[in-house]
Amino acid sequence: MSFIEVLTKTNISQIADSIYHTSEQDVKQILAKNHFSISDFPVLISPDAAPFLEKMATIARSITLLRFGKAMRLYAPLYVSNECVNACVYCGFNIRNTLKRRTLTKAEALTEAARLHAEGFRHILLVSGEHRDKVPLAYFESLAAELSQKFAAISIEVYPMDTKEYQRLAQCGVSGIAIYQETYNRTLYKTFHKGPKADFIYRLTAPERAAEAGFRELGLGALLGLNDFRIDMTCTALHAVYLMKKFWKAHIAISFPRLRKAAGAYTPPAPVSERELAQIIFALRMVLPDVDLVLSTRERSVFRNGMAGAGITRMSAGSKTNPGGYALKENSLEQFEVADTRPSAEVASMLQKKNIEPVWKDFDRSFLSGSS
Amino acid sequence: MKPLVIADRTFGSRLFIGTGKYPSPLVLSQALEASGSELVTVALRRVSFEEKDPTVSAIDFNKYLVVPNTSGAQNAEEAVRLARLARAASGLTWIKLEVTPDPVYLLPDPYETLQAAELLIKDEFVVLPYIHADPVLAKRLEEAGCAAVMPLGSPIGSARGIKTEEFLKIIIEQAQVPVVVDAGLGLPSHAARAIELGADAVLVNTAVAVARDPVKMAHAFRLAVTSAEAALDAGPIDEQEKASPSSPLTGFLE
Repeated sequence: MSFIEVLTKTNISQIADSIYHTSEQDVKQILAKNHFSISDFPVLISPDAAPFLEKMATIARSITLLRFGKAMRLYAPLYVSNECVNACVYCGFNIRNTLKRRTLTKAEALTEAARLHAEGFRHILLVSGEHRDKVPLAYFESLAAELSQKFAAISIEVYPMDTKEYQRLAQCGVSGIAIYQETYNRTLYKTFHKGPKADFIYRLTAPERAAEAGFRELGLGALLGLNDFRIDMTCTALHAVYLMKKFWKAHIAISFPRLRKAAGAYTPPAPVSERELAQIIFALRMVLPDVDLVLSTRERSVFRNGMAGAGITRMSAGSKTNPGGYALKENSLEQFEVADTRPSAEVASMLQKKNIEPVWKDFDRSFLSGSS
Repeated sequence: MKPLVIADRTFGSRLFIGTGKYPSPLVLSQALEASGSELVTVALRRVSFEEKDPTVSAIDFNKYLVVPNTSGAQNAEEAVRLARLARAASGLTWIKLEVTPDPVYLLPDPYETLQAAELLIKDEFVVLPYIHADPVLAKRLEEAGCAAVMPLGSPIGSARGIKTEEFLKIIIEQAQVPVVVDAGLGLPSHAARAIELGADAVLVNTAVAVARDPVKMAHAFRLAVTSAEAALDAGPIDEQEKASPSSPLTGFLE
């Protein structure tokens, strides 16, 4: 059974009921437990749980410490193209946006990657808009094959693909995928997306295809700000649980792309505050102790510093979200504005000051079939 | 107790230390010192032998036998490939074999572990396999030529202590190679219990690494292991069903 069937059968109004008709007593009862289950999530994410944020942080911190240790894994995104055929109302790469478009040549992408390698990164995330003509599968194949000689792990955050295409990428050394559903509300999803991305089911089932193709890491997320985050995050958690059961060898990661109110930028219809984001992270850590929780440079440094060790287990650092932003110093269109602009070395030293070891390598090419 | 010998190498300490999850290489090296250990394991996926690696640099190779582990490997092929690459890069010939396909509980795959062990032994590695507390598998691995077996007390990092005691006892009774209880030891008393059961050594990582004071905790584990060893040397009494008086009741009779 695919997750689309699970989602269709999920009673969303019942979930909403658990979230919005809980009580302080229910929250206290759950917080008194030693182990938490996915069925506790709606209550932990509820407005009634908000006053217990400090207590939740304490629990999330101790779980993170036990399961992941005093360590933070670091990665960097490499934006290879901002060309996109989709018109998604919230995205900087929206086709209607007339700014300069750019797809890095392979040589340029390798120059960018060399800079990241020199900074110490061994985990790299290839990011691109959706443009199958200008950034075809073969582009990623060829780039990944080259990058896998220097990097310990390569993941992709690109348009959804078929199982066979994912297999080809896996053979070239790609081991992880990040593909965010943006919102799990099918009706709402349609209103935000125009173009191939409007296919809700094809996107929703992409992690399953990637897992079938042999990807070891499946990254999920909802774009915070589009829909009631409590509902969307409950669906994200259910998605994670589904994948963990069905693809028991795969490692699951959850990211928290959050739309912020900014001048001239898209105004999110359901904005999520930092406090609410913290509650999401703590609640997820409590019910999914072994899932990687990833925080990007969309968030400001104060927030990232605070969340290190309190639930987050992986961070990007020193990111540029435009193609050519690292070594080529290009001023091309960026996907979102980076809030934490510190160079990676500065993020690493912040972690060390917090008694957390920055980990640049936590995977090995030996795990990839076809490597020798 | 008779000295601990694995693959012709004698160890002065029955405490082995894993090097993951520490806050810094400095704290790691201090904790190793405090533990008195002579064998440390290092996750190959975390280190780089191609360049200077902070974790590896923190370990004094003259003082400790460094045993790379294959954690992260999901099948025999991956584990063998990782071990061979590590040996080619570092010259290290001992390998702690971990084949753990499930990323949540990190439980070992018995079938893939046995396969990998056979291949690595043929390749002249000294193989220490991480296994479930499965007595039959332990014998199979011993027959395959493993230098020791490393059954778990409870899942890795769980700190739940020895939940597999009945099966560990069987493994210890039957083994002709050293038995190292690995995984799940959360307190010094758990380590002591393993030694009291007759295990030849214990391996501890999370309980030390994530303690508030890892150095102090490493020392505490050292004391516990030494204490259990001394107790075994002292000749412990067996568990009794009923109370028995500590002074003889019939001592007055001629």
